Amino acid sequence: MVSSEMTDDGSGPVRSPGTGASGGMPHGTRLDPFLEAYAERARSMTSSEIRALFAVASRPEVVSLAGGMPFVSALPLDAVADTFRRLIAERGAQALQYGSGQGMEVLREQIVAALMPLVGVHAHPDDVVVTVGSQQGLDIVTRILCDPGDIIVAEAPSYVGALSVFAAYQAEVVHVPMDGDGLDPDALAETFRQLAAAGRRPKFLYTVPSFHNPAGVTQGPDRRRAVLDTCQAFGVPIVEDDPYGLLGFDGEVPRALRADDAESVLYLGSFSKTFSPGLRVGWVVAPHGVREKLVLATEASVLCPPQLSQLAVSAYLAEQPWWDQVKVFRELYRERRDALISAVQSHFPAETTWTTPSGGFYSWVTLPEGLDSSSMLPRAVTARVAYVPGSAFYAGNAKRLGKRSLRLSYCFPDPDRIREGVRRLAGVIESELELVHTFGSPVAHTDPALSARDNARIAGQSQAPGPATE
Amino acid sequence: MTHHMLVLAGGLSHERDVSLRSGRRVAEALRGVGLDVTVRDIDATFLGELANDRPSVVIPLLHGASGEDGAIRAVLDAMAVPYVGSDPDACRAAFDKPTAKARVAAAGLLTPRSVALPQTTFRELGAAPVMGALLDTLGLPLVVKPAQGGSSLGATAVREAADLPAAMVSCFSYADTALVEQLVSGIEIAVSVIETVEGPMSLPPVEIAPDGGFYDYAARYTAGATEFFVPARIDLETAAVCSKAALLAHSALGLRDLSRTDLIIDSSGQPYFLEVNVAPGMTETSLFPQAVTAAGLELGAIWRQLAERAGVR
Repeated sequence: MVSSEMTDDGSGPVRSPGTGASGGMPHGTRLDPFLEAYAERARSMTSSEIRALFAVASRPEVVSLAGGMPFVSALPLDAVADTFRRLIAERGAQALQYGSGQGMEVLREQIVAALMPLVGVHAHPDDVVVTVGSQQGLDIVTRILCDPGDIIVAEAPSYVGALSVFAAYQAEVVHVPMDGDGLDPDALAETFRQLAAAGRRPKFLYTVPSFHNPAGVTQGPDRRRAVLDTCQAFGVPIVEDDPYGLLGFDGEVPRALRADDAESVLYLGSFSKTFSPGLRVGWVVAPHGVREKLVLATEASVLCPPQLSQLAVSAYLAEQPWWDQVKVFRELYRERRDALISAVQSHFPAETTWTTPSGGFYSWVTLPEGLDSSSMLPRAVTARVAYVPGSAFYAGNAKRLGKRSLRLSYCFPDPDRIREGVRRLAGVIESELELVHTFGSPVAHTDPALSARDNARIAGQSQAPGPATE
Repeated sequence: MTHHMLVLAGGLSHERDVSLRSGRRVAEALRGVGLDVTVRDIDATFLGELANDRPSVVIPLLHGASGEDGAIRAVLDAMAVPYVGSDPDACRAAFDKPTAKARVAAAGLLTPRSVALPQTTFRELGAAPVMGALLDTLGLPLVVKPAQGGSSLGATAVREAADLPAAMVSCFSYADTALVEQLVSGIEIAVSVIETVEGPMSLPPVEIAPDGGFYDYAARYTAGATEFFVPARIDLETAAVCSKAALLAHSALGLRDLSRTDLIIDSSGQPYFLEVNVAPGMTETSLFPQAVTAAGLELGAIWRQLAERAGVR
C-alpha cells in the first residue's frame, strides 16, 4: 500500500523549511504580483477546461456551432469600404476625434426615426444613449442600478454575456423558467412573491423577449402583456435586450416591451446582428433620469462611443439599402436554421428535444437523461465540432440546471457545414450515451423552484411548427 | 538552409490554448537572446512551407496528441528536419502513462499502483463489477486520468466509491483508455531535466501546492491559484532522491534534450513517479521555466543551447 496521508498542516518527515534543495530559504510564489490587489469581483474569473477547449474551436477543421458570429460576409463590403474611405477623406477631423458621451445626435435621430418605430417604440433622440455594442449598454445599466448583493431576475437559461456583467457587479441572479413562449409569467410572479416574502426586491428583470439567446424562443403578444403586467404589479423595472428583433424569419418584427411601457422599461438595441459587430455600436433607450446617469457612466468608462463607427453606421443607414440587407440576413439565417433543425431531427437520438427558433441565431437542445454537455465537450472537440454547454447560461448554483442542455448556433457556418457539424455531434452523443449506459446515470438533480424538466417545457411547445425532415 | 528557428504551437489537441501560450513564451525568450524565431501552427500547409523554407531547427511545443505522441516528430525525421526534444519512439512511450510507468518501474522507480483499462472493458464486463474490482485492488482514494494527455484535463481525484463512475465518464470523454491510480498524498514535485554537453542534468525541484489540494486545469493555469515553492520545501537528501528519479526516468525512457518528471513524495520521504512530459509547458505559470530561473539560468539561453545542439545532430 503506497497511500499515506500527510498531516493537515502539510508537514511531514521530509518537510524541512529553511533547508531547501539549494540551501537557501525556500520561498512560495503564486506567480502573480497582483494577487493581493484583486477585487473580490475578480475572484470568480478563473481559467477553465471549457475555455481551453474553445481554443480548438477556432480552427477551420472544427465546425463551430458555438459562437454567435453574424455572417458579415453577406454585407455589401465594397460599399462599406467606400463609406469608410469617404468618411476619413471628407470628415476625418470629426471621425477620428473624441465625441459626445451620449453619442452623435445624427445617429440617435436615425435610431428613433428608422429603427425604433419598427418595434413599436416612439422616442426622442434625447432618450437614446449610443453605446459600444449593447454589451456596454448592459454594463452601464447594471453599474448604475446594482450594488453588490442586489438581485436581478433573468430567464432560465439567460444570455451568458449578461450573466458575466451581473457577476462583475456582484449581483445575485435568480432564474425564472421559460416555456415555448418564453418567460413564464406565473413563475415570474411566484418568484417576485417569494423574494418579497424574504424581504428582497429585485432591481430589475433582464429579458430577451425576441428570438432568445440561448433558448431560441419568442414571447408572443399575450405573453409580453402578462410579463409587463406582472412587473408593473410588483414594481420591478425591465431591462429589455433586443439584438435579434429584426431577424424574424416570417418578416414580422415583434413589438418591444418598451412600446407599452416607456416609464419602467430600458430598451437595449444593437447594430451587431443587422450590420456589424466589429463596429461595436448599440444603444439604450431610457427615461431621462436613467439616461443622464448612463451618459455619465459612459463617460467614466469609455469617454464616448467611437466616432468613426457611429459615422459609418449613420452613413450605412442613410445611403445603403439596409432594410433589404436585413431581409438578406433573415433569409440566410432561415435557410441555416432549416439546415440545423432538419439535421438535428434526422441524426439526434429520439429522447433529445430542441427549440425551433422563428428568428435569431440559436436553438436550445436538451440531451437524453444522464448526459452532461460539459463533460461531453472534449469528445466533441476530438470529433471536430463545438457547441456551448448549457451550464454557461445559468448563474452560480443554478449552473447544474444546464447540465443536459447545449446551445447550437447556426448563424456562421453554411448549411453543408451545419449538417456536417450536426452529424459529427450526433456521433458524439451516441458515444457519450453508450458511456453513460455503461457507467450508469449520475445522481439526478432536483430543485423545487426550477428543474431540468423546464428545459423540456421550452422545447416541448416550440417544436411543433418545425420544418419537414430532409 | 536559413538560420531561423521555427516554434510549433497550437495544434488540434485539447491543450491547444496551453501550447499557444508556451510557444509565445519560448519565442519571446529566444528573440530575447537575439535569435530569429517564427511561431507557427500546424495545418495542411505546414509541410509544403517546411519543404520550401527549411528552418535551421524546429522547436515542437505542441502539447497533447500529435505533439507529444511522437507523430509530428516522426514526420520531421522523415523530412530530415532537426528538432529539439525526444525522438518519436521515446515520445510514444512517455506519452502513454501506463507504458511510461512500466518502463520506469522496471528501472527501479516507485510509481503508484494502478490499472489501465479501455472503455470497451467496462462495456464488455459491466462497469459495476470492474469498478468493484478496481476498488478492491487499489482502495481509496484514487486518481482517474486519461492514459494519454496532459494538463490534468479529464483527471479527477476520487475519495468516495460513489464518485468513481462520474470520474470514469469524465476521463473517457478525453481518451479511450483510463489510468486508475492510487492517490498518494504528499508533496507534489516537478523535476525538470535538460541535457548539456556534459549530459543530462536536473534542475531544482519545484513544489506545487494548489489551493484546492488538486492540481487540476484551473489550478494550473489561473495565475495565483497555486503556490509554488522553488526550491521545494524538502530536505537536501530528499531533493537529491527526486533529482535522481527524474534523471532515471529521462534515461529509462530514452528521452532527449529536455523533460519534466512529476513526482509525489509520501510521508516517509519516498518519491513516486506520476508521469513524464516530453514537451513540458512553458507558460507563465508552468513548472519548467520556474526551475530554470531557480537554477540561476535564463529560459532563452537554455532554449538556444538546446536548439543549437539539435541543429547539428
